[in-house]
Amino acid sequence: MLMKIWIEKQKHLIDFTLASLARRKGKNLGLLFIYGLLVFVLASVALYTHALRTEAQKVLAGTPEIVLQRLVAGRHDLIPPGYIEKIGRIRGVQKKEGRLWGYYYDSVVKANYTFMAPRDMKVERGEIIVGPALERSRGLATGNGISFRSYSGELHTFIVADVLPQSSELVSADLVLMHEEDFRAFFKYPDGHYTDVAMSVANPQEIRNVALKLMDALPDSRPILRDEVLRTYASVFDWREGIMLALLSAAILAFGIFAWEKAAGLSAEEKREIGILKAIGWETGDVIKMKFWEGLLISLLAFLLGYVAAYLHVFHFNSLLFEPVLKGWAVLYPRFTLTPHIDGLQVATMFFFTVFPYTAAVLVPIWRAATTDPDTVMRS
Amino acid sequence: MIELTSIHKAFNQGKHNEYWALAGIDLAIPEKQVTALRGPSGSGKTTLLTILGCLARPTEGRVRLRGEDISGLPERFLTEIRRQTFGFIFQQFNLIRGLSAIENVVLPAYPTGRPRKALLEKAEALLADVDLAHRREAKVEWLSGGEQQRVAICRALINDPEALIADEPTANLDTKLAGEFLGILESLADKGRTIILTSHDPLVIESDVVNVIVTLRDGKIVEQ
Ligand SMILES: Nc1ncnc2c1ncn2[C@@H]1O[C@H](COP(=O)(O)OP(=O)(O)OP(=O)(O)O)[C@@H](O)[C@H]1O
Ligand SMILES: [Mg+2]
Repeated sequence: MLMKIWIEKQKHLIDFTLASLARRKGKNLGLLFIYGLLVFVLASVALYTHALRTEAQKVLAGTPEIVLQRLVAGRHDLIPPGYIEKIGRIRGVQKKEGRLWGYYYDSVVKANYTFMAPRDMKVERGEIIVGPALERSRGLATGNGISFRSYSGELHTFIVADVLPQSSELVSADLVLMHEEDFRAFFKYPDGHYTDVAMSVANPQEIRNVALKLMDALPDSRPILRDEVLRTYASVFDWREGIMLALLSAAILAFGIFAWEKAAGLSAEEKREIGILKAIGWETGDVIKMKFWEGLLISLLAFLLGYVAAYLHVFHFNSLLFEPVLKGWAVLYPRFTLTPHIDGLQVATMFFFTVFPYTAAVLVPIWRAATTDPDTVMRS
Repeated sequence: MIELTSIHKAFNQGKHNEYWALAGIDLAIPEKQVTALRGPSGSGKTTLLTILGCLARPTEGRVRLRGEDISGLPERFLTEIRRQTFGFIFQQFNLIRGLSAIENVVLPAYPTGRPRKALLEKAEALLADVDLAHRREAKVEWLSGGEQQRVAICRALINDPEALIADEPTANLDTKLAGEFLGILESLADKGRTIILTSHDPLVIESDVVNVIVTLRDGKIVEQ
């Protein structure tokens, strides 16, 4: 019975709240807009950086623990024949193999591709397997032929045997996989030479030791550790996040000011209404609950709208509005669609930091107005 | 129904502008009667009304409702007593703008948690009693002064209170509307409601509806 009354009461309060909101349509729509915009910016940043991080983790998961490069006069040079053998046996290294890859600039669409002769995948001579970025930019499909002009000026024609899946665009978007012979012919790569050496080390504790032994055995080599790459990635993200963080704090500040203004600016009309409600028998708690519903409804709606808009913005419109800030990625990956991903904890955090402060900020002045003596309405 | 003993009410107590609006009131409001408070402006009529209607607490003295001392009760209980026992008709009507007449009428019933359907039916009946059924969906700011007052009366009655409290109910009405108000007052009194009002208006004070007249001056009762 008590429960029923309580529910009925909340229904009344919500009814009244909706009616109140409708009465101040202009003001509340404005509020909803600004609020939603703030949520949109915050959520866009959060979704974007999170997706980027997930993407980077995927990239690194597939790379070897150590990549060995050879340096000549401080510049990256080819690995000559017999170099790999010179390394000999090093404890902890499970596999070492030469890799063949290089960059190719496609002047037709003004983009860079990564050409590669894969070890773990079979590509027939005269055929290539391309990444989804190429599929789009050059309009390629399985079975099509395509010609690339090599750096020496000759035209090489390939048949597209397959298109790589779109699981992670960062990894595979600009890839062109081909047979080793084709690769050597295209770039005039001398026989037995490689771009670099990939090594896998099972025990992460041993990686540093292995790197030291490599430097000992081959003084002209430079081992690149995955952990270091990871740190470089992290610092790149940190830098970007720094800018984003600045944006974020600006947004939060604006939000604070806005909430404060809304809070401080309890209109005379609103105060009068609170007085009337108290005089006709509403308890202080009823008034506060009603205003609480009001604040909650607005902030919930704004949160939903803002978040959905941010989701569409980041995952369907490629973070269009952030382009100036995120230019670096845009150049590297002309059309770089992030894998949609929503993190529950992140949503909860965002929710807490937007809905909660607003509702609280709104309640303070209401509380003050609601605790004044009800006899004042007799003298308005 | 309500008994006041040596009621004092101070505003801004302890400050330089301390003001005693009521200075020792002893008064018993009879049940099912119409009591009118009169007196010059500033004599404390409205202040006394707020104490009778549990809108304010006296600085000193006792308030007894149906024999029970309620002067020491916490705010929450006073609110509940106010909601159950009194209906208020304010001088400025104090309706909530932007809401329809019927929405205004049901407002005092929200905290009781009565089902909405029953409330709307009751509100409709009350509006029909004062010939306002056809204006039920009209926003209150579009209503005339007399209509607004009738909405205010309906609102005061939605919780079926034992007593009605009205501050200067005819101050904003012309003679014809004041007459109509007295008509409504009479029918309410006939149905056995206790009514307490303040008025300057001879039309009200001298009308037959009023049973008891209390005259105030400088916060004291000078004649009863
Ligand atoms: N909140 C307040 N603070 C200070 N003084 C007040 C306050 N409320 C009322 N007063 C003073 O108390 C006195 C009595 O006021 P009250 O409103 O009860 O008079 P009244 O008899 O209703 O007058 P009127 O006929 O003009 O309505 C007045 O002098 C008024 O100035
Ligand atoms: Mg007065």
